[in-house]
Amino acid sequence: MRSPLSALFWRELRIARSVGGGGAMSLVFFLILVSLTPFAIGPDLNLLSRIGPAILWIAALLATLLGLDRLFQVDADDGSLDLLLTASTPLELIVVVKCVAHWIATALPLVIASPLLGLTLAMEPTSLAGISLSLLAGTPALTMLGAIGAALTAGLRRGGLLMAVLILPLTTPVLIFGVSSAAAATGGTVPFHIPMLILSGLSLASLAGAPFAAAAALRARDA
Amino acid sequence: MLKYANPTNFLALAGRLIPWLAAATALLLTAGLCLTFFVAPDDYQQGSSVKIMYLHVPSAWLSMMCYVIMTSAALGTIVWRHPLADAAQKAAAPLGAVFTLLCLVTGSLWGKPMWGTWWVWDARLTSVLVLFLIYLGLIGLWQTIEEPAQAARAAAILTLVGVVNIPIIKFSVDWWNTLHQPASVFKLGGPAISGSMLWPLLIMAVAFTLLFLTLHLMAVRNEILRRRLRRLSIDAAHAEEKSEATA
Repeated sequence: MRSPLSALFWRELRIARSVGGGGAMSLVFFLILVSLTPFAIGPDLNLLSRIGPAILWIAALLATLLGLDRLFQVDADDGSLDLLLTASTPLELIVVVKCVAHWIATALPLVIASPLLGLTLAMEPTSLAGISLSLLAGTPALTMLGAIGAALTAGLRRGGLLMAVLILPLTTPVLIFGVSSAAAATGGTVPFHIPMLILSGLSLASLAGAPFAAAAALRARDA
Repeated sequence: MLKYANPTNFLALAGRLIPWLAAATALLLTAGLCLTFFVAPDDYQQGSSVKIMYLHVPSAWLSMMCYVIMTSAALGTIVWRHPLADAAQKAAAPLGAVFTLLCLVTGSLWGKPMWGTWWVWDARLTSVLVLFLIYLGLIGLWQTIEEPAQAARAAAILTLVGVVNIPIIKFSVDWWNTLHQPASVFKLGGPAISGSMLWPLLIMAVAFTLLFLTLHLMAVRNEILRRRLRRLSIDAAHAEEKSEATA
């Protein structure tokens, strides 16, 4: 007999892995976004290597958000969200588990793929390490913040675009410190660990706070 | 005080207050604008373009005060589920968006002659822009969810999440080295601004606050009436359905 939370965790991973679950799709979306940028700004390698971290971060931000609107939407559609709401397991923990599973299925592949894509943007090896570490530290904050938006818009028709509008302004600090820690890896006036610590702090704070907001939003749907 | 938590009593109170508030707003706004244009001195460096300050600073204060009022209304929605708090929240969002936009536009017009640029990406400007986007997001949320009570709770949660931005705006000029100047009116050791400029500024600030209160009360009143209308039309539809079923 497995505990409810681990059962939920494996269920989420299985759904994400299946076709149309969104796990692989956000990785493909990330790939497309990154490979479209050089066409938009021209194949100047010096320029690309300078703005590479920014390209990767913007692409990761959009790719993470793209999959997130399905975090609670599918469950709201087929009624399993109502079962989760009535379960004795705290809804906040359910949100955390769903987010962790979602992060593993969608954000972790982006983190792993980012050095390879960085190579196509002519980034230095230290910069590649920096961008991977900063994405590893920062994407949990994106997932957790996105969970609030996903919970607020669950069950709405055309909720996806609204969710992006609600959540993208709040992700500004994550983007700022993510790109600045990736830039600090290649030198600069700020030591690498300072923006990195702030970025990790943002992730931990959103991990601590966002589940309550998302759970409250889910309860507010039909209370 | 509790008596006015009843929407009907509130409507009566608002009906009595609004004309007085509107008159006071018109009076102070006229006085403030006259002081701004004819009495307040030109700056020795900025010339007459310093007069943008008398619009820029009050709208900046109002953009934040509006969010604080919206946050307290959001707490009212979450804790007491009071319809008046829902209406106060909903009415504040577009007003806050307008004051924030006013602050951004006047700041931009002031920045061009003084800083030589319409816009810089420093912490103060960026955090105010984020405030504007949060207001727009809230308006979008209000318009998307049809059931009013559900929309109020969703907006309240987003408002409470977004409130982290308010201290960031307030202290951005102290925490970071910004092109935007640090606080010069509310600071330790008294205002760093001459009395001849401070008085017109304070009068404009009071006028803007009264303007906000007037518009907010009117919008809350409209929202309560809109909800009643919605309730009435739902009841009428039900009654019609019933009479058709019996016929």
